[in-house]
Amino acid sequence: MSTQLPEEDRGRTESAEHEAESSVEQEGASKGDQRRADRDAKRQQSVSGAPADVEGESFRLKVFRYDPEVEGKMEPRFDDFAVPREKGMTVLDALIYARDRYDTTLTFRHSCRQAVCGSDALFINGRQRLGCQTQISDLEEPVRVEPLPHQDVVKDLVVDMEHFYDQMHAVEPFFQPDEESEGDLEEYRQTRENREKIKMSTRCIWCGACMSSCNIAAGDNQYLGPAAINKAYRFAMDEREGENMKEHRMNVMDQEHGVWRCQTQFSCTNVCPKDIPLTEHIQELKREAVKQNLKFW
Amino acid sequence: MHEHDVLVIGGGGAGLRAAIAAHEEGADVAIVTKLHPVRSHTGAAEGGINAALREGDDWELHAYDTMKGSDYLGDAPAIETLAQDSPEETIQLENWGMPFSREDDGRVSQRPFGGLSFARTTYAGAETGHHMLHTMYEQVVKRGIQVYDEWYVSNLAVTDHDDPADRECHGVVAYDIKTGQVEGFKARNGVILATGGTGQVYDHTTNAVANTGDGAAMAYRAGVPLEDMEFVQFHPTTLPSTGVLISEGVRGEGGILYNSEGERFMFEHGYANNDGELASRDVVSRAELTEVNAGRGVEDEYVYLDMRHLGEERITDRLENILHLARDFEGVNGLEEPMPVKPGQHYEMGGIETDENGETLIDGLYAAGECACVSVHGSNRLGGNALPELIVFGARAGRHAAGADLGEAEITKGKTGEIEEEDGLDTPVEPGAVEASDDVAADGDEDAVADGGAAVVEPDETVRRTIERERTRIERLMEKDDGIQHAELRDELQQSMTENVNVFRNEENLKDALEDIREVREAYQDVYVNDPSRTFNTDLIHTIETRNLIDLAEAITLGALARDEFRGAHWRQEHQERKDDEWLKHTMLSWNDGSPELWYKPVILEGQDKTYEPKERSY
Ligand SMILES: Cc1cc2nc3c(=O)[nH]c(=O)nc-3n(C[C@H](O)[C@H](O)[C@H](O)COP(=O)(O)OP(=O)(O)OC[C@H]3O[C@@H](n4cnc5c(N)ncnc54)[C@H](O)[C@@H]3O)c2cc1C
Ligand code: SF4
Ligand code: FES
Repeated sequence: MSTQLPEEDRGRTESAEHEAESSVEQEGASKGDQRRADRDAKRQQSVSGAPADVEGESFRLKVFRYDPEVEGKMEPRFDDFAVPREKGMTVLDALIYARDRYDTTLTFRHSCRQAVCGSDALFINGRQRLGCQTQISDLEEPVRVEPLPHQDVVKDLVVDMEHFYDQMHAVEPFFQPDEESEGDLEEYRQTRENREKIKMSTRCIWCGACMSSCNIAAGDNQYLGPAAINKAYRFAMDEREGENMKEHRMNVMDQEHGVWRCQTQFSCTNVCPKDIPLTEHIQELKREAVKQNLKFW
Repeated sequence: MHEHDVLVIGGGGAGLRAAIAAHEEGADVAIVTKLHPVRSHTGAAEGGINAALREGDDWELHAYDTMKGSDYLGDAPAIETLAQDSPEETIQLENWGMPFSREDDGRVSQRPFGGLSFARTTYAGAETGHHMLHTMYEQVVKRGIQVYDEWYVSNLAVTDHDDPADRECHGVVAYDIKTGQVEGFKARNGVILATGGTGQVYDHTTNAVANTGDGAAMAYRAGVPLEDMEFVQFHPTTLPSTGVLISEGVRGEGGILYNSEGERFMFEHGYANNDGELASRDVVSRAELTEVNAGRGVEDEYVYLDMRHLGEERITDRLENILHLARDFEGVNGLEEPMPVKPGQHYEMGGIETDENGETLIDGLYAAGECACVSVHGSNRLGGNALPELIVFGARAGRHAAGADLGEAEITKGKTGEIEEEDGLDTPVEPGAVEASDDVAADGDEDAVADGGAAVVEPDETVRRTIERERTRIERLMEKDDGIQHAELRDELQQSMTENVNVFRNEENLKDALEDIREVREAYQDVYVNDPSRTFNTDLIHTIETRNLIDLAEAITLGALARDEFRGAHWRQEHQERKDDEWLKHTMLSWNDGSPELWYKPVILEGQDKTYEPKERSY
């Protein structure tokens, strides 16, 4: 394990200090120079607030590291970063801080910072969560960040999502109405109740947290998994799709690696950042599948 | 080398719609995108899609509102196309299964939005963009359209002609983020840029980290003019600590803005006596900052947005997502407390110059979505008008690139007709770390120049040369093992832009910003990539993106400095009026071997059967 204390940063602090001083001393410095000096001073403050100087105002971020290509990183390890605590700071903020200040090779996916792109699902203190949605203040220290379990690690915190996408694609994740709409400006009517019924299922952001938390999925690579089954639910329960299609969807669910694999452990439901009642949806599809089988008896 | 009829760069709303349209037209189409499509920023859109769907409304009203909202800087042919095509495109989404919110009769719901004379914003909860993005991605899956996800497009393969208007685009060069492999993509018919917004030019933004304006910067350097870049929209209701957006839907549903003295300032201080909180975004953003500057802000930084009086039922029915956002990102319970809000960068009204068919100046190169400027938003975009832009102009670009006949466009491109040049404006120092010959997409090969610069080579050859150039550029960035890192430069740039080129602008600040930008540009010459790995090298991506941000920041600032009037989102301290006599024109910026050239083209106010007369904009 290597501990990355902001040594180079301390170096940077000194030079920033130096610059700040010298430009402040300069007589008649232009407004632009003054502004830059102020900014440097501000930056210096935030850097010297870093753990090396002030204990207690920072926390320890323990991050999984691995790179199949770079010597010294091929053996998985954890790196420690000392990150200054700020109000409202999320795990993603902390990772960005660590990357931008200490080690630009630290690799993770992220984009929206607001829990909609689904790219920063991580294993944080032993649980699948979105980095951007998780407040540091809600976590015990040290904050330990690892890639999603049960997925191949590409590098550092990045996992291979291909299998997850494949399973999503396997359930025909697209709307298939029985009849064509009546005209260019005619919508299929949908009741408020029906929309309400599918509402939660349509919130999935494909983050993969549920799949990663599922023991069964870990043991059975072909199991469709909670996200894909939820996607099927989203269409199967949409009244605009019609009965014929629903039957077809049930057939897809009612197969060896479909709904019956689920052992109602609720781990997926517990970790879903969008609060989708996944286990409930899977159960409901099981019931529907039974009903349909009875119909054909 | 990969080869397709149509290549769509970007898998957000505009890119997906373009790909589906091209596919329906019979083309072999592929999407190349640095993020998996469902990770695109369109997923963050909350409020809704404007479409004249109901009795009492029609496209002409929508067009009129949009022209007024644009402060008469939108082009009528573009605006009318938007208003005309939007209803059908919106219903098309419904027909693809998009879970819109519903009325009692089962039809899709609409709600009021700022600057609209009719409640025509069609929505799906407070997560319209999420549903739109996923619905279209589902259609892409259904059609089996090929998606190269996590491929970063780093340059366009454009022929080497002196005059950009003679150049042709034959494809792109991209690298596989997972392996670092640099490869060429040839497009037989056309390349459509749909790379999204430029929010990362700023520090406080609602935009995703991936919104670095790559497409706009690449097109610019390849010779396509950028249009109206100075018009940056600042959204009035973003959470102070993160920039996360609180949808305009909150105000649409009746949310109220208060200052620290509990005054409903939009009315009490006379900012918008008719529309109050629902005045257009530029008006509300300025009002908030004026309150803060007058000492009536909370913690000298923000104001309050209150929705408690709407009641729990209505809030959870229509704005549930807002409760989550306020809780997760600001620790505020919107049912019990007002939410703190302040203006934040939100949307780039300007972009790659295109016509109504999505075509750019360069043959075979198209653009659609936020990276483009067909000019529907002019100097101020109305809420709910970006999503229809994605589907309307995404679809048109897709169809046209696939060979469909959409008729002659009315909007002209490049330097045709009346051109006014701006001189006396300072142009920048050195172009940046990448030498002009390596970077300008038009083939600057020495051999080619020896041919008089007009060497017309086979498309394959054009792509091949671009691959070589990109390999060299990437190798150089990776081999250098000392220098400056992108994070520092990006930070510097974002801070200066946020400080100086924000809601309130004045000459001195704009000049300061320009100075900072040029310092960053110079420093960029010394940039290096620390991570030696070919596997998922985000250090490299961010470094290339940072270069794009520098070019775009400069374009925004130059345009803002030149435009000495107050129009839409562009407020100038020294120039407190809209100067129609002088400024009914678009700011155009061309990359002229590394120094921006500024010129203007007139706004088209003449529509299908009427001319839009500029009027005083009051709300
Ligand atoms: C928080 C928020 C809320 C909004 N709400 C609304 C609303 O309610 N109504 C409305 O009308 N508008 C709204 N907008 C505006 C609207 O959502 C955006 O303008 C629109 O979604 C942009 O879509 P796009 O397809 O152009 O780009 P994006 O969705 O950003 O997609 C860009 C795509 O390009 C790809 N890309 C970028 N660079 C490269 C590269 N170098 N190589 C390969 N691929 C690349 C990305 O991977 C991505 O797939 C909102 C915007 C924000 C930020
Ligand atoms: S169901 Fe929930 S946990 Fe699973 S992928 Fe979707 S959002 Fe993530
Ligand atoms: S960064 Fe998009 S979900 Fe966290």
